Amino acid sequence: MRRPVNPVGITGYGGYVPRYRLAAHAIHDVWADGAGALPVDAKSVPGFDEDTITMAIEAGRYALRRGGIDGAALGAVWVGSESHPYSVKPSGTVVAEALGAGRWISAADWEFACKAGSEALSAAMALVGSGMAQHALAIGADTAQARPGDALEYTAAAGAAALLVGPAEAALARIDATVSYVSDTPDFFRRADRPYPVHGHRFTGEPAYFHQVRSATTALLEGLGTTPADYTYAVFHQPNARFPQLVARQLGFSAAQLAPGLLSPQIGNTYSAAALLGLCAVLDIAQPGDTVLLTSYGSGAGSDAYALTVTDQLAARRAAAPPVQAFIARQQAISYALYARQRGKLVMG
Amino acid sequence: MELPRHWRLRAARYRLLGARHRSTGEVVFPREPRHAADAWDDLPLSGAAELYSFSVVRQPATDDDAPPALLALVRLAEGPLITARITDCRADELTIGMPLEMVTRALRALGPDGLIVYGYAFRPLVWPA
Repeated sequence: MRRPVNPVGITGYGGYVPRYRLAAHAIHDVWADGAGALPVDAKSVPGFDEDTITMAIEAGRYALRRGGIDGAALGAVWVGSESHPYSVKPSGTVVAEALGAGRWISAADWEFACKAGSEALSAAMALVGSGMAQHALAIGADTAQARPGDALEYTAAAGAAALLVGPAEAALARIDATVSYVSDTPDFFRRADRPYPVHGHRFTGEPAYFHQVRSATTALLEGLGTTPADYTYAVFHQPNARFPQLVARQLGFSAAQLAPGLLSPQIGNTYSAAALLGLCAVLDIAQPGDTVLLTSYGSGAGSDAYALTVTDQLAARRAAAPPVQAFIARQQAISYALYARQRGKLVMG
Repeated sequence: MELPRHWRLRAARYRLLGARHRSTGEVVFPREPRHAADAWDDLPLSGAAELYSFSVVRQPATDDDAPPALLALVRLAEGPLITARITDCRADELTIGMPLEMVTRALRALGPDGLIVYGYAFRPLVWPA
């Protein structure tokens, strides 16, 4: 279990989800004759002019607003994603410039499949907790790609979440402790210069997602001497609707603890944003003294677990930016044909 | 080579950095070389705006605008009237005078090997809607 030397917390947060939705049944009609079970109801789809950088900027602006600071006060801007618009050129410098951050900062990109954003969060805790910076911005953002017809196409979605990390005394939610757990597990990967990832079918379940999420979460609960009943809310990485619900049940968390942060049924898997966006949705409704358990997951594989306690500063500052549910409610359904066009899947000859 | 031009404009395009005249209070956007530092200060604009007029572009001159694209004249809260793209919206959702907010979006790419140009676009308010 890890704690920084100086206590830290989330001093601002922001979530973003694009407007477009593709219903799972629309994919099913094209590829599976409309038969069989669906992993989610719908997934979010980015607009023509959106990518990881633009979504990171929007989520970052909301985090700064709630944090009540200017971009110039940032000591680091870190963007975790598996869909950075450039293979070589950091997203972090573009996002930093757009947020009005200064030049004497650390700006970088993180990569760890779906937990690249929580990698950035753990690093931000260390940077602020060691006294090397007063404020660090950790962002998870993705416009996930999937091969047409693949099981991943139902869930590969788009979204962003930004967490501003600062001293615990200014926090909306203190981060009490964290645990990281990794293992070399080949459950899902994409080779360099290939457009779509591949996955290990059933192998993505028990030895991958469930093993890492349970390991990190259990270690954190034991380290803090807590039980699932001690938490008001629980948020897990959500690659589909079923995995987070199943792992919650295995660990002893209730459906009520999980519900406010479970967004995947409505918007799919937002990859690096998914767990952090669930946390943002919880912070949108949490009360002082509420406790939150957050566990991310990234293929390849690993999990970061965090225990948070909401402070009395949250209620006054969350209204400074839109709640996640405002973006979930803002939706325009699109056809599979429009999705194919919007995501560059049409061959123009 | 277009890189220097895009690079010079990045603060204006990404975050609406304008300028204000120190004695008259006049606000300009974007700041141009003639707005010299002895009389003008940098002013980050809020991004709050109003729809002044718009047009639906069904046959764009380049591939940069996916048709139908919405091109508008937007009145910034601080005064300047600028041309900008409207996003996250259909034409039938627009009414003249409606409030808009600025977002930073990918405007174009300079070819498959080239720079991605980011800049401002405007959309109807998400919240409160």
